[in-house]
Amino acid sequence: MTEFFFFLFAAMAILSAIFMVTQANPVASVVYLVVTFFALSGLFVILDAHFIAAVQVIVYAGAIMVLFLFVIMLLNLGSGVPTDIRRGLARMLAGSVALALIVVLTRLVLGDPGSEALAPSALASVLEAKGAVRALAEPLFNRYLVAFEVTSVLLLVAVIGAVVLARRRAP
Amino acid sequence: MILDFSSNTDYLVALLPEGLLALAAFGILLADVFQRGDRPEPSGAWTAYAAIAGTLIAAAANLWLLLEVDAGPGLVAVDGFRLAANFILLSGTLLALLFAIDYQRRESMHVGEFYALLLLATVGMMVLVAAQDLLLIFLGLELMSIAVYILTGFNRTDPRSAEAGLKYFLVGAFASAFLLYGIALLYGVTGNTNIADVVDRVVTGSAEGEVMLLAGVLLLLIGFAYKVAAVPFHMWAPDAYEGAPTSVTGYMAVGVKTAAFVALLRVFSVQLAPAADFWTGIVWWLAMLTMIVPNLVALVQNNVKRMLAYSSVAHAGYLLVGVAAGTAFGRAAALFYLAVYTLMTLGAFAILSLVAGKGDRHMNLADFRGLGWRRPALGFGLLIFLLSLAGFPPTGGFVAKLYILRAAIDAGEVTLAVTLVLASLLSYYYYLRVVWKMYFEEGADHDVASSNGSFRLGAALCAAGVLLLGLLPGPVLRGFEWAGSDIVGGAAATTAIEAPRPDAPANPSAGGPAP
Repeated sequence: MTEFFFFLFAAMAILSAIFMVTQANPVASVVYLVVTFFALSGLFVILDAHFIAAVQVIVYAGAIMVLFLFVIMLLNLGSGVPTDIRRGLARMLAGSVALALIVVLTRLVLGDPGSEALAPSALASVLEAKGAVRALAEPLFNRYLVAFEVTSVLLLVAVIGAVVLARRRAP
Repeated sequence: MILDFSSNTDYLVALLPEGLLALAAFGILLADVFQRGDRPEPSGAWTAYAAIAGTLIAAAANLWLLLEVDAGPGLVAVDGFRLAANFILLSGTLLALLFAIDYQRRESMHVGEFYALLLLATVGMMVLVAAQDLLLIFLGLELMSIAVYILTGFNRTDPRSAEAGLKYFLVGAFASAFLLYGIALLYGVTGNTNIADVVDRVVTGSAEGEVMLLAGVLLLLIGFAYKVAAVPFHMWAPDAYEGAPTSVTGYMAVGVKTAAFVALLRVFSVQLAPAADFWTGIVWWLAMLTMIVPNLVALVQNNVKRMLAYSSVAHAGYLLVGVAAGTAFGRAAALFYLAVYTLMTLGAFAILSLVAGKGDRHMNLADFRGLGWRRPALGFGLLIFLLSLAGFPPTGGFVAKLYILRAAIDAGEVTLAVTLVLASLLSYYYYLRVVWKMYFEEGADHDVASSNGSFRLGAALCAAGVLLLGLLPGPVLRGFEWAGSDIVGGAAATTAIEAPRPDAPANPSAGGPAP
């Protein structure tokens, strides 16, 4: 059963990712990206990472993609965007690089004994004891509290930057 | 006081300088909003003075940490290396603030956000030099970088500034991706982000996943190489430095470089020292290229700001020699070099910003004609900074290069040492060309504005520091030698030179006169 869902979501993720980069219309591209994110969150559920799956849907598929759509619609990007790679040689080059990457990744996944560590059982015992949210929250608010606080300063700087660079009137 | 990091409140003490600086930045932002609202007028002069006061308080807290606090292993280190680097960073910030006030007024950018962002960038730098955990290294680096991207594009009505900001942002985000990917690979193999634990795995080198470990270390190195602008990862630097407001250029040239180099030294020269066989060769080539290429390009620059930008890339090459040496003395020499580099680079960019005039229009070589006679003090200051950048005695630049040479030769890197000398000889041409224009050619046609008090104070501190470090380098170097060997978790620390303990009076107060 798990295997069936894995292949279902994996195929969905890969297919919609391919559709995303091949679509000429940016809005359609974004919609396919949303589908990819949903499929990925399905994969997270299979890995027992329920919390990350939920966050994936809420943050990525929800908030960020809506922003993407808004920006694309506001910029009024039509469907007439010319492709980046036009010359034959460049196409061949890009294609062969992509092919080489696929070959290398496939060999890694098939040949790597370490990938068993990522099997669903790796998280099961932790989840059994603490639940998905607590397993994540404990390191975040204990061991990595400093990192968490630095992140908050980082976000503040980003907000200040957005205001400074985008405000309408010069002082 | 001894911290063991068993409770998170210990971090409040260990990160006291960073915390105080961040509080100063928040205070400036908040008070500025209440005072100015959204009226389009410059902020009060107090914003700059508050930032200066915040920097001084952070330096005092740093001194207190140095004298009173010891700590066990944690996410951040409380060791001499970090605190000495903090002094260099805070001196750089203080001087940059002193120089910025005049410039920001002139270009109508005198707003509280500028000073707050400058302080927050410094907080990021200080987190970066303290980090003992890959996660914190990434966060410190990003905090620093994002604040500096914004500062680069701060003058958004000027297309050059906006372009530089965008370019720097895109390349910087690309570099962060390298770093993050490297961290992800290391975490994937070791299941830990603590550098010491990662290093254990690198050293024991269990067969499975070794390729991933090496790839992770390599990506980490590339990420750092982007940040310190080492050739061939330097393409962004001249454009970003040239386009940024000149008050920011000096700061980013010294601050970003210092922080990234100290983190590079901590991760590679100390923690990854057991795996030196793997990375020394790469650093060797980076150093070689970074010494040769920018010096050649700088020869043909007619724009002084761009010339100084290439010169700053070349100095990264000299510093990389200190990294390649990989010894405690190499780290001490690099710290000393960074301190001198901070003073001379900030001074040179500050005088350039004054000569360039409103809108940064006069930055060509021809605009410096006769400057030494028309404005003797200004010309003499620039003379000192240029001679120091070139590495003439009796300036600090000479002594700093000498120490780097000694570290390289002690470590057996003779080829690098010879290249350093030859590259310096090459650089004489473009530094001395400016001096020639200043003293031996007649009159440029524009008037150079007079400087204000804080500018004169900053320039005097820089010049005095450069000369002092050139004439009496001993005490400061001894402080740095102690700092270079007082590092948490390094096997290299055992080769430490006899050096005073932190409670001894020898205070490695880095930037000479500043803090």
